[in-house]
Amino acid sequence: MALLEVRDLSVTFHRRGEKSTVAVDGVSFDVEPGQTVGLVGESGCGKSVTSLAIMGLLAKRGATVSGSAKFDGTELLTLSDRQMRDRRGRDLGMVFQDPLSSLNPVISIGLQVTEVLERHRGLSRKQAAVEAAELLDKVGIPDPKRRLTEYPHQLSGGMRQRALIAIALACRPRLLIADEPTTALDVTIQAQILALLAELVRETETALIMITHDLGVVAGLCDEVNVLYAGRVVERSGRHDLFRVPRHPYTHGLLASIPRLDAPKGERLSPIRGSVADNIPWTGGCAFAPRCPHAVDRCVETTPEMVVDQVVEGDRLLRCHNPVEPAGRAEQEMLS
Amino acid sequence: MSTRTDKIDELSARAADDAGVSLAAAAWRRLRRNPVFLAGAGIIVLFVVLAAAAPWLAPHDPSVPMLGDQVVKARNQIPAVQDGHPLGGDQNGRDLLSRLLLGSQQTLLVGVFATLIGLGGGLLLGTLAGALGGWVDTVVMRAVDVMLSIPGLLLAVSIGALFAQPNQYTVILAVAIVQIPIFARLLRGTMLAQRHSDHVLAARSLGVKQRAIVFRHMLPNSLGPVIVQATLVLAIAIIEAAALSFLGLGNPDDRIPEWGQMLGQAQTVIDSHPQLAFWPAGCIIVVALGFTLVGESLREALDPKSRR
Repeated sequence: MALLEVRDLSVTFHRRGEKSTVAVDGVSFDVEPGQTVGLVGESGCGKSVTSLAIMGLLAKRGATVSGSAKFDGTELLTLSDRQMRDRRGRDLGMVFQDPLSSLNPVISIGLQVTEVLERHRGLSRKQAAVEAAELLDKVGIPDPKRRLTEYPHQLSGGMRQRALIAIALACRPRLLIADEPTTALDVTIQAQILALLAELVRETETALIMITHDLGVVAGLCDEVNVLYAGRVVERSGRHDLFRVPRHPYTHGLLASIPRLDAPKGERLSPIRGSVADNIPWTGGCAFAPRCPHAVDRCVETTPEMVVDQVVEGDRLLRCHNPVEPAGRAEQEMLS
Repeated sequence: MSTRTDKIDELSARAADDAGVSLAAAAWRRLRRNPVFLAGAGIIVLFVVLAAAAPWLAPHDPSVPMLGDQVVKARNQIPAVQDGHPLGGDQNGRDLLSRLLLGSQQTLLVGVFATLIGLGGGLLLGTLAGALGGWVDTVVMRAVDVMLSIPGLLLAVSIGALFAQPNQYTVILAVAIVQIPIFARLLRGTMLAQRHSDHVLAARSLGVKQRAIVFRHMLPNSLGPVIVQATLVLAIAIIEAAALSFLGLGNPDDRIPEWGQMLGQAQTVIDSHPQLAFWPAGCIIVVALGFTLVGESLREALDPKSRR
């Protein structure tokens, strides 16, 4: 049994006087201990909402969550607020995108680390302070004793993110959700933070859900990748396969949108046309069809199901009527 | 070249200055260099010292009409400036300077206590509404809306008039109640913004308890605008308290001088003896100005947009 089993998770937002919005529409995936699973997609594809739903952090009013998210056999979605609060920070940790705004500006770093230690591990203030210094040291913050007395605005961006990671990992959660943890950082710092996450995860056998729009992050860190589009997983694969042979036109488009230094001079970037619409129902056709260069008549008539891909070996799941042919094969066909 | 190294020196000196300081300490450092703040603070300190030392500074007893023999009501004659009475006397023959000095006590006390009570009530209501939300928020805010729909001074006068025997405590209460909705609304707004802020979400993701989230994470981050408002309200409270006394809703016993009350009594003789109105009015204006200057410079120091 996997540590986290997400089955058919759906989130619908309601607003008075407006049509409700389906943000997540039947997402399923598993995370094993020590495994890193990526959720990839553009802004608005539902990846952050998925993580907030698992953490139980969505507002009760205005959001309906259905489906199932089992953590170590316990259904998280039906836990009471109090039970969920006891698990957050202890069993489930989360690292957010913007390290500056995710830290409380008016209290010292030390208090923010010890707060969670006192809350979940019942440490005394003194014990917690000792432990906090060790934690900061572990995430690579130099001079941790001094840093504990400082305030968030006095730390650099990378240090802040390290501090946030230290706080999230303070009680050694078994599952860590990182919601675009490197988006607000410099490229060099990004690499450091990713390396740190990878190391901590390997060391502690923590399961990691990596939410990102950055395929470079996926390439460096994830064991398995789920590509999300309009609230559904459209392709799932091991990372190496995914980069070698993207099958879904959306994945293909994402990869083609990345500027490459080794591209021939004068070659244009090929972005995906349009953007994710707020509310494209997956009823009566593929939600990606309007933007898809591969769309055929069937795409706007019937909704594609998630099926095991027959062309690529390995555990490739795909939601597409007309997937992109693997490059090698296409060339072979052209030659013959 | 030298200017550049100077600049670097200055920057590194400032960086060294900043080691281990909270946002409040950083704001205080900015404040200390601001001439507007210094001017306002100077005025306030001056008047506080004068008020505290008034019993010793005042040359005469403000309640004794020692120049009574120079008052001739029929000819509208009031004691003029003379030896030992640098500002002359009032319409009852009491020493004007002494009355002004002692009057500062009443005015400052009323202003400070009215603001504190208003602040306390506003903090309570605003925290309740902002932290709990839902129907509590709706009920509190509708009540606040109703109070805010009445002009402040009018409301203070109405509340002051409710008391059969007005005294300085009823003035404090009347002025304080008017300030409550202002603080409540301000705090509730910033609390709501805090509720949806990233760091509160982060705290929730750590399982921090609701009470700690409200009092450790939301409230301290919401206080900046409230503190600024409090200094500005001090000025308003002083003016409103003076206005109540002026209208006769203050302490009827004029043996204890108060600037608003002095101003009110001066209006009957304002044509012939404008100095009786000039001095208390001037004091009210200058004190209110002092608090306003401090409030404005505080706002500037706490405003993240004005930070370098």
